[in-house]
Amino acid sequence: MNNLLAIPWLSIVTFLPLLGALLVLLGPKNDETARHIAFWTSLLTLAVSLLILFGFDPANTGFQFVEEAKWLSFGKISILYKKGVDGLSIWFVVASAFLMPICFLAAWEPIKEKVREFMIALLILETMMIGMFCSLDFILFYIFFEGVLLPMFLIIGIWGGPGRVHASYRFFLYTLLGSVLMLLAIIAMCVFTGTTDMTVALKTDFPKSWQNWLWLAFLASFAVKTPMWPVHTWLPYAHVEAPTTGSVILAGILLKMGGYGFIRLSLQMLPQASETFTVLMYVLSGIAIVATSLTALVQTDMKRLIAYSSVAHMGYVTMGTFTKNQQGLEGAVMVMLSHTLVSSALFLVVGVLYDRLHSREISRYGGVVNNMPHFAMYAMLFTLASVGLPGTSGFIGEFLSMQGAFLANTWMAAVAGLGVILGAAYMLWLYRRVFFGPLTKPDVKEMTDLTWKEYAALAPLAVLVLVMGIQPGVFKDVISPTMKAIADTAHARIAGGVP
Amino acid sequence: MVSLPALSLFAPLLGSAAAGLFGRKMGDRNSQWVTCGLMGLLTLAALYQFWDVALQGHAGTEFLAHWIVSGALKADWAVKWDTLSAVMVAVVAVISTCVHVYSVGYMSHDKHIPRFMAYLSLFTFFMLMLVTGDNLVQMFFGWEGVGLMSYLLINFWFEKDSANSAAIKAFLVNRVGDFGFALGIFACFLLFNSVEFGPIFDAAKNFTGKTFHFLSMDLPVTDTVALLLFVGAMGKSAQLFLHTWLPDAMEGPTPVSALIHAATMVTAGVFMAARFSPLFEYAPVTLQAVTVIGAVTAFIAATIGLTQFDIKRVIAYSTMSQLGYMFFAAGVSAYSAAIYHLMTHAFFKALLFLGAGSVIHALSGEQDMRKMGGIWKIIPITYALMWIGSLALAGIGIPGLFGFAGFYSKDAILEASYASGSGVGYFAYWLGIAAAFMTAFYSWRLIMLTFHGKFHGDKHDLEHAHESPPVMLWPLYVLGAGAVLAGFLTEEWFIGHGSLSEFWRGALVVLPEHKALEEMHHVPLWVKLAPLVAGVSGISLAVLFYGWWKEIPGKIAAAFGPVYRLVFNKYYFDEIYDFLFIHGAKLLGRITYEGGDNKLIDGLGPEGLSNVSKAFARKVSFLQTGYIYHYAFAVVIGLVVFMLWLGR
Repeated sequence: MNNLLAIPWLSIVTFLPLLGALLVLLGPKNDETARHIAFWTSLLTLAVSLLILFGFDPANTGFQFVEEAKWLSFGKISILYKKGVDGLSIWFVVASAFLMPICFLAAWEPIKEKVREFMIALLILETMMIGMFCSLDFILFYIFFEGVLLPMFLIIGIWGGPGRVHASYRFFLYTLLGSVLMLLAIIAMCVFTGTTDMTVALKTDFPKSWQNWLWLAFLASFAVKTPMWPVHTWLPYAHVEAPTTGSVILAGILLKMGGYGFIRLSLQMLPQASETFTVLMYVLSGIAIVATSLTALVQTDMKRLIAYSSVAHMGYVTMGTFTKNQQGLEGAVMVMLSHTLVSSALFLVVGVLYDRLHSREISRYGGVVNNMPHFAMYAMLFTLASVGLPGTSGFIGEFLSMQGAFLANTWMAAVAGLGVILGAAYMLWLYRRVFFGPLTKPDVKEMTDLTWKEYAALAPLAVLVLVMGIQPGVFKDVISPTMKAIADTAHARIAGGVP
Repeated sequence: MVSLPALSLFAPLLGSAAAGLFGRKMGDRNSQWVTCGLMGLLTLAALYQFWDVALQGHAGTEFLAHWIVSGALKADWAVKWDTLSAVMVAVVAVISTCVHVYSVGYMSHDKHIPRFMAYLSLFTFFMLMLVTGDNLVQMFFGWEGVGLMSYLLINFWFEKDSANSAAIKAFLVNRVGDFGFALGIFACFLLFNSVEFGPIFDAAKNFTGKTFHFLSMDLPVTDTVALLLFVGAMGKSAQLFLHTWLPDAMEGPTPVSALIHAATMVTAGVFMAARFSPLFEYAPVTLQAVTVIGAVTAFIAATIGLTQFDIKRVIAYSTMSQLGYMFFAAGVSAYSAAIYHLMTHAFFKALLFLGAGSVIHALSGEQDMRKMGGIWKIIPITYALMWIGSLALAGIGIPGLFGFAGFYSKDAILEASYASGSGVGYFAYWLGIAAAFMTAFYSWRLIMLTFHGKFHGDKHDLEHAHESPPVMLWPLYVLGAGAVLAGFLTEEWFIGHGSLSEFWRGALVVLPEHKALEEMHHVPLWVKLAPLVAGVSGISLAVLFYGWWKEIPGKIAAAFGPVYRLVFNKYYFDEIYDFLFIHGAKLLGRITYEGGDNKLIDGLGPEGLSNVSKAFARKVSFLQTGYIYHYAFAVVIGLVVFMLWLGR
């Protein structure tokens, strides 16, 4: 542990992908080489992130692997280069690193144009994501948080479908508008505390006149990012037009930045305002869960349907977060981790279908189980995880977040329960229309079962879905002490009131 | 250290994994051997465990692994051994093994044999997890797991559109029930600070008369929790209002109907009521609700059973009706009678379904009884076994001497409901008697239509008709033996004097003031005989109507046209639910999508803003005339204003 600390592991894991991007840029102008460089870089990054995970002490609820250096000075305020992980962020760092090799595998065949540029964009994106989750300085955090936008904007806008330009602009403007308000809030907080150090803000009780405004500014940013109803309509467009890899990262990691922000910035830094706005969050979460589930029911486009299901699942995250109790918070994080696996997998599944038939229309398929039985088995597993069947990853988070909600507000839990019924309806109906029924369409008959690269991308996700469902302790024990501390601190500070 | 019997609960999981993952490699025959062999092992262990736990009294809980731990909330993987779980494990193991073996013959022409065997075994595993859990969450795991397997097995012939619909329907209706179940779990943790059975049961008695805040109402604790859990039981056990999935579930292969939709899974709700007797006993309103729902279900389902022509659907409605009996037994605190009937019913109903399967198998897939008739000579063994099953179902026997399985258990339920002395108890008794009459009637209607009279089907089918092979008949013999003997041999254990303390040993809790179980031995003679009379008259009437006066049923149906159509169309539950929920949800979905997302949100949000900015840009663009002097003029004015502002 002490030996590990001497090396800036978090900086390494953050900037390794950037190094890989440089290598692709300066290396031989050969597509296959670029693919290899990107894939192996991401695997190396994953290895480093796992090293951090093994060195991480779950019992310690503070920040670990902390790196701190002065970066820039502006008069009294100096911007720090400060990094660290705690029980809340550690899994997101690992999850980001875990998803990238799968993305490169999934992009291997489908991406045929501007391959090097694609690899560079993806690697930069990885640096931004990991950097964001382990930043402990506001300015650093903001740079990474916004930095994610650019590569994603390019991935949708260049490698996306026919409506990609509209979708990428919608994505960019929506998220940017929200972030601008967050920037103002961050500046205000830095001025108040006199430092850009986030760990100071975590311990500061901001005055009452500030709290609500700061909280609302954060809401503007994180609600778009999560996304919450009613600022969610950029997500279906982005998913529909994004290439498979883009959707995987968007659903797998980018959406979690909102949930992470809600816990880290809204709840931890502004607990009293979080208490004030709890009912608002419940109402919005409830609408997200029920209304978007109903919306998902009538979709005809597979990706759009799964995009809407993501909004519904994120409703459990915001609900669980603002229960402010241990079960709810653990549930929120577990929903996010499970969704990382499951939604990524579901977009890969759609990708597998799309690569064969070049259509996302549900009605173009039918009876796929006949000629792709292995693929159908994987898809069934992920569908079940998405509907929260016990024994899969989806259940743990849904169960805990709803338990937390029941402790806080029985109405919230009951509304969330409706979402569980609707979730089963839209997912099973989707599965039925694509996979079951007679195999009559000639071009669907031509479809062949998974290639080994597709197996390699789906299998690890499937294994983890089951592990998380049957032995959730593997994941949850790492976060539990921190979640308990966050819940306890929030309660104490809410009870203590605002100075 | 995990004991051997607990380990053997995982045998079906192993068999399922073997057949499911490597079925293609090892072939059909090996898949059958592996799954059936492991089921045999399980059965041995289950019977030993029945002896050791239920008869010798070696109860206990074995810890397997941690599962969900979050603060005070703790749900572990565990195996709880008490008389109740030992009985359930034994029933599940025996019936499931019979069905496994039977399937070897029944599914012999299917293309997906390993998959079928894997599903059967996996179902068995989930069922075992359900009945051996020592906390609500593990029970929920098994509960949803068996629901999943039900979904997959109904949908086994996935090319059939009707099977697809039935499967989704089963899953969704059960999810509605599970919604109640889940809220019940959450409420348990809120109120009792635990989801484990022990602490909940210990705490339940301290909560009588207390209320808690639920959905903005102050509701009694025990009744609310028990009712929420009961909603789950209603879904799984196809009780009225949440029953519509069960008849449709007959789309699945017949062995599935026998195992899942007759003998085991659908009885999980009854098991839950029994398991939660320490809580239900302190929930008087719930007990009454359970009694009424059970009694009405028993009656309504029996009326529908009178009118159906699909051989499997008749038996399905019969199952629903018998489940109603079990529930109203639980409702009058005769949990032991409910479980007793659960056990005997498992034998004779599985027998009836597999016998029906044998008929369907013989007639190349025909299920419509109007296209059958006169085939008893061709399949005499099946015919005899169907008689045995029907006699057991109708509860026929000679009082004081010997009876078929249902004779003991059904009578016990009816006597207990009468003996409870409550209004709902009498209500249940009379509906139960009426249902007993109808049960006997539709059972012999089935026998007469199927086996007697002239053959009305495709002559081609008749040429191929044949008795089932031994691999299908042997399981039927086992079940037949159960249908004959299961009631007679085990009466003393299950419902004899002092059985609560000597056999159940605390697995079932009955408050001293709930006397139905004691008083049932002292009811008037006519109460004891009425079920038998109802049964015998039902049989006689059916034989007369369908053997001799064949025009009468049609005339009755015509005379009571509207009533007949109401019953024949299953009281239009499907049509009403379809309109309310399926169309309702889709309509709401279109509203939230087209109205909400596209028009309202996008109209005001992104598209609205972009329209506004475009319009603004168009207005502003009028200023850009292209004439230099216009711009120069603007610049001058601007400068002047700026200077004025500076020089304030």
